[in-house]
Amino acid sequence: MRIESPAAFAEFRKSAQAKLAQRRAEVLVCCGTGCLANGAAAVAEAFAATLDGSATEVKTFTKRTGCHGFCERGPLVVLRPAGILYTKVKPRDVKEIVDKTLKGGTVIPRLLYKEPTSGQRIEHYQEVPFYKHQTRVAMRRIGHIDPTDFEDAIAHGAYGGLVKALGMTPEEVLREVEISGLRGRGGAGFSTARKWRSCRNAKGERKFVLCNGDEGDPGAFKDRSIMEGDPHSVLEGMIIGGWAIGAHEGIIYVRDEYPLAVVNLTLAIQQARDAGLVGQNILGSGFAFDIRISRGGGAFVCGESSALMRSLEGKVGEPRAKYVHATDRGLYDLPTVLNNVETWADVGAILEHGGAWFAAMGTTKSKGTKAFSLVGKVKNTGLIELPMGMTLRQIIYDIGGGVLNDRPFKAVQTGGPSGGCVPEALLDLPVDYEKLTEAGSMMGSGGMIVMDDRTCMVDVARYFLKFLTEESCGKCVPCREGLHQMLAMFDDLVAGRGKPGDIERIERLSRGMQLGSLCELGKSAPNPVISTLRYFRDEYVAHLERRECPAGICRDLTTYEIMPETCDGCHACFKACPVEAITGKVKELHVIHQDKCIACGACYDACPTQAIRFLPKHQLAARGVA
Amino acid sequence: MSIENSGKPVTLTIDGKPVQAHSGEFLLAVAQRAGITIPTLCHHPALEPYGGCRLCVVDVTEEGWDGWCKMVIACQFPVKEGIIAFTASERVIETRRVVLDLLLARCPDTPLIQRLAREYGIEKTSYVPNPNPTDCILCALCTRVCDHIGVSAIATVNRGIGREVAPPYHQPPPDCIGCLACAEICPTDYIPYTTSSTSRTIWGKSFEMLRCPTCGRAHITVEQARHFAGHGGVSEDYFTTCDACKRKQMAGTFQRLQGVLPAAAPPAR
Ligand SMILES: Cc1cc2nc3c(=O)[nH]c(=O)nc-3n(C[C@H](O)[C@H](O)[C@H](O)COP(=O)(O)O)c2cc1C
Ligand code: SF4
Ligand code: SF4
Ligand code: FES
Repeated sequence: MRIESPAAFAEFRKSAQAKLAQRRAEVLVCCGTGCLANGAAAVAEAFAATLDGSATEVKTFTKRTGCHGFCERGPLVVLRPAGILYTKVKPRDVKEIVDKTLKGGTVIPRLLYKEPTSGQRIEHYQEVPFYKHQTRVAMRRIGHIDPTDFEDAIAHGAYGGLVKALGMTPEEVLREVEISGLRGRGGAGFSTARKWRSCRNAKGERKFVLCNGDEGDPGAFKDRSIMEGDPHSVLEGMIIGGWAIGAHEGIIYVRDEYPLAVVNLTLAIQQARDAGLVGQNILGSGFAFDIRISRGGGAFVCGESSALMRSLEGKVGEPRAKYVHATDRGLYDLPTVLNNVETWADVGAILEHGGAWFAAMGTTKSKGTKAFSLVGKVKNTGLIELPMGMTLRQIIYDIGGGVLNDRPFKAVQTGGPSGGCVPEALLDLPVDYEKLTEAGSMMGSGGMIVMDDRTCMVDVARYFLKFLTEESCGKCVPCREGLHQMLAMFDDLVAGRGKPGDIERIERLSRGMQLGSLCELGKSAPNPVISTLRYFRDEYVAHLERRECPAGICRDLTTYEIMPETCDGCHACFKACPVEAITGKVKELHVIHQDKCIACGACYDACPTQAIRFLPKHQLAARGVA
Repeated sequence: MSIENSGKPVTLTIDGKPVQAHSGEFLLAVAQRAGITIPTLCHHPALEPYGGCRLCVVDVTEEGWDGWCKMVIACQFPVKEGIIAFTASERVIETRRVVLDLLLARCPDTPLIQRLAREYGIEKTSYVPNPNPTDCILCALCTRVCDHIGVSAIATVNRGIGREVAPPYHQPPPDCIGCLACAEICPTDYIPYTTSSTSRTIWGKSFEMLRCPTCGRAHITVEQARHFAGHGGVSEDYFTTCDACKRKQMAGTFQRLQGVLPAAAPPAR
């Protein structure tokens, strides 16, 4: 059914909301990729099957939603309107939930979230620390709606921003985005309004609006969650963008590994087209805008703007110089605006609530909210969205619940593979674009990896270098040859084969790569190296000069031994060792056989009495043991 | 910034010297015209800039940038009014050194790279020399010239350090016309070929030669004649006569027109 005017839209939204209000309760089953992997589909089916028969009786509705963010505790089920959150729900729990909670009105403590420190069970979704401190803008509807249900999205506010935008002039829309202070959520944090304005001012009839859904950072999944969980938010942003800059064509470039995102976006485009929100004469305004999907080429570098455009043109996805901006000459050399998925998702909310509303959140230069994927050695991992300016400490301790197993915090890596590591001394750093850059890291796409004391910073830098070495396209010398040589030096460092002058060589090469590389991949590739050298230089020196790994991680430099005075023969290490290098009977002293030990540290992490210690391999050798 | 490819006359400064140019021209060409040398490896005036070798880096600043410079590659940077370029600042030289040091590690035995590295004070690479030395510097001149003539028989394949120039599937390239443009443009003579009066071989593919009916020299492959005929809308026969003979014939026609030679005189041998 086509919606022909803003008034008809308001009518449609009212009826969609009225329909929702008839439901006495809703069972929201998270069917994001994480929960699906944990069996959410079966849970949703069990609810549907159980409720269908009694639907008239309880007027309850099962909804398969996008990712709630707290994947680690999935499958997640939220019961509305009460707001009860059940975690790790199995199909066999469903009948009990229906009988006790939906019909009986009592909660099932066993399924509630348990606060790790206090052991307290928390009933309400809004009270769980992981959610309590969040403010969701880009992810405002995810988890609340069924992403395949158009009416549900509309009832929850989708396209409200578009209706307002079409009632304004393009200049007024631009102005609103300018007031919001919105900056790109995909990497560099470039001013969105400025980019749009350049493109609007560029000469040419035909212009493009692109959405970057390539999300290549390992472990990142915010863009996927948005595309899967609320595809209409992306479309809405792009149509508004098209109106503001005078473009009539939009393309969403989606990573090939995201089939569900493609399915949900395709459906959403169809729904929007049927409703007259995409296509000719949108809402009777006379404005035309069409959107199509293009599936990515698979390489990390295809997320880089010039490579992405080449890939869309059907050419090899390789970067080229950007002395002429894409806003003047982008896709097919025509004026083009490229924004990240999250940036587009923010736009609709900004138009709906006003630029000033968005700008009221955040810091002086970084406005609004930002999505982060919080992972690593932290108790609560998952996808979160917060106002800019929250400190790292608040994120890691209040939302993340602190370091896993209460080990000492060492650093947090932010910004994806070419980001940097921020040490404990900077935990009170407010997170925004400027502060992270000053600290030698970056916002990037919003990855946060928490690291505990059992992390070797040389090894961490090497890990990211390895990723980038594999992803460098190889077009330019500094990145292709530089990363290859840099990785070789790191391979030597962690194996105790470092040569005098290596640290200086690494620093010099880093500088050359930063200045000389063609694209941002090569230019920013030294970041993990430079930031770890800045805060953890002593670890580099230990590896190089003393052949020691202070964290006891680099296997070629580390040995483990059991301290007889402390070992109570609990046998835990015996079970943990993957190569049977430990012998000992229960309640007797255990021994590590150095000839078999691979220095993986599993025993160290398993020992409840801390009877195992690690020491530099050369010390053991000096004792004549190895 | 909007594109200023309008070709307006502009004045810029290169290494302190005022230089005239047209806006949108590439800085490298402008500098060369002013007699300022900037080293290059992947540049060729007949081909689109590529930006792969990064040897032509220079620093650029503008009035009001407070001395802040951005590093750009001269071969692809379009000039505009008032820019101030430094082609040999300390960090420019240092960046080129890193590039050459890295290339020397890749191509330790390649005379061109050895010579350039030496010019920048590098005798021996500071990095790990390639255990399998190659002469290919991956400038992509060969693949680009092949694209340029509309053949695209070869391409760069693989990512990162595994990148190489190769025909599809490492098989003799079906599209190759045996013109030798790739081998001739290669700055390090890396691409092997053989050519004789009867046949030619390149990229593992063999070609039959056409003889010039005038001088009898085998100068072109059958596929080459066919390709150029197909593109230029000229008959294949046009290409069977070699360039040297064509030039002589043209000169003959020209002189004839001027009445220097008697009409209808047979072309000289
Ligand atoms: C190697 C590389 C990979 C990138 N990958 C992505 C990506 O996956 N998604 C993304 O939005 N931006 C990515 N970017 C940043 C884009 O080039 C571009 O800046 C961004 O999409 C612009 O959108 P924004 O202004 O909304 O952030 C990447 C950049 C580089 C250098
Ligand atoms: S910096 Fe790396 S990824 Fe970018 S063009 Fe150069 S080789 Fe390719
Ligand atoms: S073969 Fe020669 S021309 Fe081709 S990329 Fe290698 S060095 Fe350049
Ligand atoms: S000549 Fe400019 S990058 Fe190679």
